[in-house]
Order: sequence, then structure tokens, then C-alpha cells
Amino acid sequence: MSGDTLWVAVVVASVGCYLLKLAGMSVPAAWVEQPWVARVVDFVPAALLAALVAVQGLTSDDRVVVDGRLAGLAVAALALALRAPFIVVIVLAGATGAGVHLLTG
Amino acid sequence: MSAADRTRTLRDAVGLGVAVGLYGIAFGAAADAAGLDAWQALTLSALMFTGASQFALVGVLGAGGSAPAAVGSALLLGTRNTVYGVRMAPLLAPRSALGRAAAAHWVIDETTAMAVAAPDRELGRLAFWATGATIYLGWNAMTLVGALGASGLGGTAEAALDSVVPAAFLALLWPRLTARGSAEPGAQRRVALGGAGVALALTPFVPAGVQVIVAVVAVALAGRPRTAERAA
Repeated sequence: MSGDTLWVAVVVASVGCYLLKLAGMSVPAAWVEQPWVARVVDFVPAALLAALVAVQGLTSDDRVVVDGRLAGLAVAALALALRAPFIVVIVLAGATGAGVHLLTG
Repeated sequence: MSAADRTRTLRDAVGLGVAVGLYGIAFGAAADAAGLDAWQALTLSALMFTGASQFALVGVLGAGGSAPAAVGSALLLGTRNTVYGVRMAPLLAPRSALGRAAAAHWVIDETTAMAVAAPDRELGRLAFWATGATIYLGWNAMTLVGALGASGLGGTAEAALDSVVPAAFLALLWPRLTARGSAEPGAQRRVALGGAGVALALTPFVPAGVQVIVAVVAVALAGRPRTAERAA
């Protein structure tokens, strides 16, 4: 793929993603104040974050894969249950992933 | 709003910004591996500024996908920022079109999560701007580091970064599932399990990234009536 085609993809996708953000900020407040909209929107972050945890932690391309990331997730969950600060959770998970990588080569 | 509340909000925002910023290294490296130059990687981080869409774009390009397929994946993942914008508009209440245009650029997963989790509206705004600024600076700087230094990143560092991302999402999710952070932790847990389950089940059958969107739409819509009945 040529550099020009790449640039077009980069700029078009960037502008499009910005317009999607702006659209959300710009819809009339009355739409948002519908009770069912508020309830659906309230569930979106939990569904999204959980889906991202699953996809980022357990898949590679189009397959479900178990590797050091799952160990990192387990350690992160334990740290979260013990109310560790965010940065500690992140560092422990990263160290676990690196450790599993070193042990399993 | 007490000084302690402000301090806690700022500390959390900077902590998150540093963690997300570090992952910018991985994005820069992924962009480099997909054949983008450092300027293109940096343009994505500065102009698109929504990590999942950026990864989707370079992921599809790196896997040999066409430019329209790559742009489509990025836009599909970008739609959740529209939902966040709907949620954030009343909280941020920008006074001018320019203010709205500026705020919109920073409406992403992390800023929304931090703002919504704040105990009141004023702290929510502080969390949004502080998280946005920290992530924007860290993400762009680390993208450049990753794009320029991709070849020097060893396998162990990559494994660490691979484990950091899902853990970061889990850390953002966690408070929503507890009685301290949510009015209906039971419903939120079912929603979370449903989202993860649908996403995993769809992974072998749909293009990368699409399963997340499908999972979110399906679960958010399916979860609504049951919980509405229970509340009534």
C-alpha cells in the first residue's frame, strides 16, 4: 500500500472518529433525558469494559488463547479485591505477564 | 469540593494517564509493524485519539486488510465515543460551540469512566479535563517513542504490555461491579458477564474489533427491560 493511501486512511479515519465524538456531544438533551436511554447508556460501560477485558486478555486474532495475560488478569483481580491503587494493579499485571513470558520462553 | 477530593481526583487522573500513556509505546510499535511511519502514528494519536480505533486501524492494515476495511473498523469502534458524548454532554455542559468542539476530542473510554465515577459534577469535570490532558500528552509522547524504538522492544517488554491492557480495563470495570461504585451491582455484573461472553463467543466469526461492538449493543439492549421491571 502506498504512503499516500496510508495517509488518506489515517486522515479519513481520524476525522470520522472525531465527528462521532462530536455527534454524541451535540444531540439534544431531550433525547438523553428519556429514562430508557439513560438506563441503556448506564449499562454500556460495564458491557464494553468486560468485552474489552475478554478480547484483550483471552483472544489473539480470531482465536481464544490462554497465556500470560490471563495470569496477569488473575493477579490484577486479586489486587483489585484488596483495593490496591490503579497504578499498582497495572504494574503487578505487567510484571506477571513478563514473568510468565520469561518462564515459558 | 474539598482540597482532599481535588487532590485524590488529580492523583487518580495522573496515575491513569501514566498507565495509558505507557501503552502508547505499544501503539507506536504496532503502527510501525503495520508499515506506518512515525508521522502517521503520531497523527493518529493526536487527531484520532481513541486507542481502540487506532489499534483497529493499524491492526487491519498490518494484517493486510484494505484501507476502507481499516477505516471502517476504526469508525465502528469509534461509535462508542458517541454514546459517551451523549453521557458527557450534560456533565460538561460546554457553553460555546468551540468549547463543545474542544471537549469532544477528549471524550474517550478513560475520561468518561473517570468523570462518571467522580462523586459530584464539579469533580467529574475536573476528572475529565485532568485525565484527558494527562493521557493526551502521555499517549502522544509514548506513541512517538514506540514508533521510533519499535525494533528495540524485546519480547519480555511486549509480554508485559500485553498483560497491562486487559488489567487496565479490568481495573476500570471493577468499581462498577461493587456496591460502593454502583447503585445496582448485581445487574452490572450480569451485564459485564454477558458482554464478555458474547464478545468471546463471536471472536472466531467476525472481524477483529466487531465482536466488542456487537456485545455492547446486544447486552445493553437485552439487559434493559428485565432490570426496568425489577426497579418498578
